[in-house]
Amino acid sequence: MSYILIIGAKSDIAKAIAREYANHGYDLYLAARNVAELKDFASDLRIRTGKKVKTLDLDILDFESHRIFYENLEEKPGGVVSAVGYLGDQEKAQSDFQETKLIIETNYTGVASIFNIIANDYEQRKSGFMVGISSVAGDRGRKSNYLYGSAKAALTAYLSGLRNRLHNANVHVMTVKPGFVRTKMTAGMNLPARLTAEPEEVARDVFRAQQKRKNVLYTKWIWKWIMLVIRMIPEWQFKKMSI
Amino acid sequence: MIISGWGMYPKIESTVLRFETEQALANLIGEYYGLVPRGNGRSYGDSALSPVTVDVKPKNYFLSFDESSGLLHVQAGALLSDILEIFVPKGWFLKITPGTKLITVGGAIASDVHGKNHHIEGCFSESVKEFRIVTANGTIINCNRESTPDLWKATCGGMGLTGVILDAKIYLKKIKSQYINQVTIKTKNLKETFDAFEEFKDKPYSVAWIDCLAKGNAMGKSLLMVGDFSGEGGLGYQLKPQKTIPFNFPSFTLNKLSVKAFNELYYGKVRKKVTKQQVDIDAFFYPLDAIGHWNRIYGKNGFTQYQFILPKVHSYDGLKEILATIADSGKGSFLAVLKLYGKANQNWLSFPLEGYSLALDFKIEKGIFQLLDMLDRIVLKYGGRIYLTKDVRVSRKTFEKGYPQIDTFRQFRKEHGMDKKFQSLQSKRVGI
Repeated sequence: MSYILIIGAKSDIAKAIAREYANHGYDLYLAARNVAELKDFASDLRIRTGKKVKTLDLDILDFESHRIFYENLEEKPGGVVSAVGYLGDQEKAQSDFQETKLIIETNYTGVASIFNIIANDYEQRKSGFMVGISSVAGDRGRKSNYLYGSAKAALTAYLSGLRNRLHNANVHVMTVKPGFVRTKMTAGMNLPARLTAEPEEVARDVFRAQQKRKNVLYTKWIWKWIMLVIRMIPEWQFKKMSI
Repeated sequence: MIISGWGMYPKIESTVLRFETEQALANLIGEYYGLVPRGNGRSYGDSALSPVTVDVKPKNYFLSFDESSGLLHVQAGALLSDILEIFVPKGWFLKITPGTKLITVGGAIASDVHGKNHHIEGCFSESVKEFRIVTANGTIINCNRESTPDLWKATCGGMGLTGVILDAKIYLKKIKSQYINQVTIKTKNLKETFDAFEEFKDKPYSVAWIDCLAKGNAMGKSLLMVGDFSGEGGLGYQLKPQKTIPFNFPSFTLNKLSVKAFNELYYGKVRKKVTKQQVDIDAFFYPLDAIGHWNRIYGKNGFTQYQFILPKVHSYDGLKEILATIADSGKGSFLAVLKLYGKANQNWLSFPLEGYSLALDFKIEKGIFQLLDMLDRIVLKYGGRIYLTKDVRVSRKTFEKGYPQIDTFRQFRKEHGMDKKFQSLQSKRVGI
């Protein structure tokens, strides 16, 4: 079956998604920075699933390199999933613009850059799917992580526009908004168990929703309703809150 | 977090350390003292309990597999069940497997586990070519029999007290079918049971289920199950949905009467003296894995397994005395497993030696430790020893009498700074 390109493949969510697609018979391109670190993971996937798994170096912040990266793929992927994400340090970023820039460019600019290239190709081919992992943090800015949240909000808007543009080309675009997920990124945080998903759960949701061509996926599903409530809180009230 | 062994006794608070990279693990080992590596938590007692534990289970990648030799390179946290799921359909099986597949490869080496084919194939370490281990000073050593013989003998069966195993190369064996031709022999007493073991000792796999509550002439009555892989039936192995025990049973469930009834039903179901059937891998090797959390049947206070082995020359007399003591006590064991073992290997703390081993479960209750102390004395009298992987209570004195190479092990740990770095509740109790 066709290749799926997974960008930001070192994250726990990306790995779980890779497993999910390989288990369903897809071959994989795993792209990440210092991709050599994925060697063992790739061997494991090959042995477990018998699928082709190729690892590719990709620096999401090296925008100039993205076109060549994609052109060099001999067989173009039938779909792409971006699991790129950088939570960053909100407090540090407030006084250190380098950190702010890193958060914005990783979560938004970099993904927009590579997705632009792939979208153009898919639009011409009139096939393919694109999945972007955004975040519930992008649904409303909060003082504890609004730099990360604003970058994800930009990504959410980007994906929505892209979906609109590619609809007529039969290219499906899905926005994924995970709530809390137990990963390296959230290690050490005290997360409420009932609202927290395992990466495998997110991966199952993503695969199923993508196959059904869903537009926006909240995972766990309850986050859809939580965020609905949070978005409805009037701003005069919200600005006084600590959530 | 609160952790415990499979016996659910004791339960202790432990800082559970996780690591991403080998360097991160080396740093943890540099930083902490008194830690013990932990796999799937299936050792019964306090082997993998310590105020600080290293969680190895997430490291479960398959790194390579050589189709021609059957050599599998796998990370230490992989479960034997993972290996079976992937490799049985390709015609490969573990050379040595214990009675549960829910243990990690690292744990299998640390306990130097054995299975129904010990009398022919030996312990798990015989199937291991080499492994990589992070030792007390944080260096990674590629350990094998030739280049690091002492570290090998200390680590295989060394209960995780020499370092943290990262990955291992193990040989799998070829099979043509996932079915086993099983022969069940019903015996009337201990003498018949021993004779049956001898008669069938060329069969690759053998184990007996023994009724511990039978007294007098019937003492030692058993079902001996022997088997070998079939050539037919195919390799269509897949994980079956598990039944599970959803909560701890009230601890009075397993009273003397219910155990007796269970024994009689089980034994009585086999009508003929010799029965033949074809069973699959899971039914033959891992009957209890079909029931998730079966440890809950003993109630919330938990249980322990008492497993000892006696040298062959003393096995008959020793077992008779022990079975009589257990039957008199009325403390029932749900499962009692008897097996004839082959020769001991060179590893300093490996449990098996040539003789008979008996394994019994006891729920933790008043008087149980006194009974087990009594059994210890009989085991020692007949030159036997206790299996650390099942143990939660053996005294230092009893333990060390059974293991003649214990001082070599202690000395080795000390020389390499392992004695302070790696400790479990068990290692402190038995002084290793």
